[in-house]
Amino acid sequence: MVPLSYYLVLSAILFGCGVLGFLLKRNIITIFMSIELMLNAVNLTFVAFAAHWGVLSGHIFVFFVMVVAAAEAAVGLAIIIAVFRTRETLNVDRVNLLKL
Amino acid sequence: MRSLNLWIIPLLPALGAAINGLLGKRFSKRMVNIVALGSTASAFAYAVWVALQFRALETVPHIETYATWLRSGRFSVEYGFYLDQLSLVMLLVVTGVGFLIHVYSVGYMEHEGGYYRFFSYMNLFMFFMLTLVMANNYLLMFVGWEGVGLCSYLLIGFFFLRDSAANAGKKAFIVNRIGDFGFLIALFLLIKHFGTLQYNSVFEAVAGMPAETAGAGLLTAIGLLMFVGATGKSAQVPLYVWLPDAMEGPTPVSALIHAATMVTAGVYMVARSNAIFSRAPEALMVVAIIGCLTAILAATIGLVQTDIKRVLAYSTVSQLGYMFLACGVAAYTAGVFHLMTHAFFKALLFLGAGSVIHALGGEQDMRRMGGLRKKIPYTFWVVTAGTIAIAGIPPLAGFFSKDEILWKTWQYSKALWTIGAITAFLTSFYMFRLWFLTFFGERRGALAEGAERAGHGHAAPASGHGHHSGEPHESPMVMIVPLVILAILSIVGGWVGIPHALGGDNHFEGFLAPVVGASTEMHGGAEHAPAHPASTPAAAEHEPAHGQRSMELTLTLASVGIAALGFFLAYLFYYKNPALPKRMAEGAGGLYRTVLNKYYVDELYGALFVRPIVLGSTKILWRGIDATLIDGTINQSAEGAQEASDTLRRMQSGNIRSYAAWVTAGAACVIAYMVWRGLR
Repeated sequence: MVPLSYYLVLSAILFGCGVLGFLLKRNIITIFMSIELMLNAVNLTFVAFAAHWGVLSGHIFVFFVMVVAAAEAAVGLAIIIAVFRTRETLNVDRVNLLKL
Repeated sequence: MRSLNLWIIPLLPALGAAINGLLGKRFSKRMVNIVALGSTASAFAYAVWVALQFRALETVPHIETYATWLRSGRFSVEYGFYLDQLSLVMLLVVTGVGFLIHVYSVGYMEHEGGYYRFFSYMNLFMFFMLTLVMANNYLLMFVGWEGVGLCSYLLIGFFFLRDSAANAGKKAFIVNRIGDFGFLIALFLLIKHFGTLQYNSVFEAVAGMPAETAGAGLLTAIGLLMFVGATGKSAQVPLYVWLPDAMEGPTPVSALIHAATMVTAGVYMVARSNAIFSRAPEALMVVAIIGCLTAILAATIGLVQTDIKRVLAYSTVSQLGYMFLACGVAAYTAGVFHLMTHAFFKALLFLGAGSVIHALGGEQDMRRMGGLRKKIPYTFWVVTAGTIAIAGIPPLAGFFSKDEILWKTWQYSKALWTIGAITAFLTSFYMFRLWFLTFFGERRGALAEGAERAGHGHAAPASGHGHHSGEPHESPMVMIVPLVILAILSIVGGWVGIPHALGGDNHFEGFLAPVVGASTEMHGGAEHAPAHPASTPAAAEHEPAHGQRSMELTLTLASVGIAALGFFLAYLFYYKNPALPKRMAEGAGGLYRTVLNKYYVDELYGALFVRPIVLGSTKILWRGIDATLIDGTINQSAEGAQEASDTLRRMQSGNIRSYAAWVTAGAACVIAYMVWRGLR
C-alpha cells in the first residue's frame, strides 16, 4: 500500500509544475494546460485523502472539479481561438488590451 | 347662519395675480389692466356689498369656516374668515385704497418695463393683505403677514437691476424677519398655553384671566412678542430702518404697501389682540412708549430730509408711531381711526409725490423743485389737501384722528402727550416744508439727469421715466382721478369720528366699540384710569364730565395751534426767507449733521449687527467652516483616493502574466494563512 504522503508529495510536485508553467510560459495553450495540471494535482489530493479515510466525499468533489474543468476548457479554448483569429498569435504578452 | 362667501374677496386678486403672472407676458397692456383692475375693483365691490350686509348680520363676529387646514392631535387650525367691525374697516380700506392705487399705477407705470409683473405682484399683495385682515386665526394671519412681506420684498426690488433697490428689498425682508421671529414665538406660547390659535377660542380663554397688574406674566410675554412682530412690520423703533429704504420701490408701491396698508398690519394686529394687550398693562406701556419714541424720532429725521419720498417715509414711520401710541393707551379705536385716515392722506401724499416726480421726469430731490404750483395745478391742490390733513388742521381727516389720539394720551400720561404734541408740531412743520419747497418759489434745478442723480446718494427715481425733455407736465387723468378721490376722502374721512366735545357723536368709535369695548372695560384695574370712551349712547350721557369736556376742547385748540405754528414756521423758513434754514443748519452744526444722517442708526446697526455677522459669516462660516473644514475634508479624501488609485492603477497593466503572478501570490497568501491557522 502506497502511503498517503507519496500521493501528497506527487500532488505538490504536479501543482508546483503547474504554477511554474502558469507563471513562466508565454504560450497561452501551455498556460491553459498548466491550469489543468494544477486542477488535476488537486484532484489527486482529493482522491488520496478519500481513499485514506475511506469516505466518498472526496471522489464526489473530484467529479465537480472535472465538470468545472471541462466547462472551463470549452470556454477557454473558444476564447483562445477567438484571440488567435484576431491577433494571429498565442503569446500572452501581446494580448494586453481588452479592446481589439 | 347665512354665509357671505367671504372667500371670494381674497380669491379675486389672487386670480388676477395668477393670470397676469402666468400669462401676462403675452398680454397687451390693456389686457393686463383689465385683469388687474377688474379683480381689485370686483374685490372692492364685493367688500362694499359685504359692508351693506353687515348690519343685517345676526351675530358679530361673523365667522366663516371653510376647511380644517391643520390637525395635529387636539390642536387644529381652520381655514376660515372672521368678519367684525375691525376687519370690515380694514377690508374696505385695503380694497378701496388698493383699487385707487391700482388705477393710478396704470398711468404711473406706463413707461416701465415689467408692466405685467408689477400688476401681478400688486394683486398678489392684495390677496395676502386681505388674508391677513380677514383670517379667523393667528396662523392664517401669519400666512398673510409673511405673504405681504414677500410682496413688499418683490416690489421694493422691482427695479432689481439697480443695486440699491435690490439691497433695499433684502434689508426690508431681513429686518422684517427679526420681527416675525417674535411673532412666531408669541404664536407658540399661545399654542402651548391655550392649545388653539382661533381668535374666538383665544379671546374666550383670555377673557377668563385677570389683568396682569401685579406683575408681568404670560399675557405680557405674548403681548410683547407680538409687538416685536409689529415693530418689524410696522417700522417702529428699533426695526424701523427698512421703511425709508423701501422707497426704492415704485411710488405706487410706497403708497399702497409702505403707507396705506401693509405697514399698518402691526396696528391691526395689536387692535385685534386687544383682549390680550388690555390684560397686560406693562406690554401696553411698552407699546405706548415705543410708539411715542418712534413718532418723535422719525419726525425729527423727516425735518431735514431732502428726498421727497423719504420725507414721506419718515412721516409714515412717525404716524405709525402715533397709532401705536393710541393702542398703547388702550385707545384702540383711535389707533384704527388714525390708521384709516392715514391710509387716505398718506396714500394721497405718496401718489401726489409720485405725480410730482412723474412731472419732473424722475427728480426726487426737493432742493431742485419749487414753483410747481402753476405747472401741475391738480397735483398741487390734492397734495395741499393731503398736507393739511396730515398736519392736523380742522376739519380735515388727520385732525380728528390725531386729536383723538392726543386726547386719549393726555388721560394716560402727560409726558407722552407732550412728546405727541411736539411730534404734531414737527409733522406740521416738515409737511409744510415739503409743500413750500415743492410748489412755491422758483424752480431751483434743471430737470434731473441720470448722472447728476447718481451723484447724490440714495435718490433713486423710477428708472423708466424717460421723457426728460421739456417743461414739467401734469399727469394723465388716470393718475389725477384717484388722487382727487383720495383728496376727497382725506377731507371728509375724519367726519365719521367727530368727538363729543366738538358736538359730534363719534360714530367710528361707537362702531368699533364691540371689538374693543369688552376688553377695555375689564382693564380698569390697571394702573391708569380707564381711558375707554363712551362706547354706547347710554354711557355717553354720563361719561364725559363737564370739566373733562372743556379740557378736551382746550387740548383740541392747543393742537390746532400747534399745527398752525408748524405752518407758520415753515412759511417763514421756506417761503419768506429761504436763506434762513441754511444759516440755522450751519449754526446747529453737529446736531444738524446727526439728524441729517438719521442719527447714524443705520451705521450703528451696521457696526453692531451687520458687520459682525458678515465678518463672522465670511471669516468663520465661509472661509473657516465651509471652505476649510467641509470642502477641505471632501477635497482631501478625493485627492487621497486619486493618489491611491494612481498607485493601484499600475497593477492593472493588461499583462496577463502579471495578473497570473498576482493570482498566485494571492493564493499563496491564502494558503499560508490557512496553514498558519492549522498549525496554531
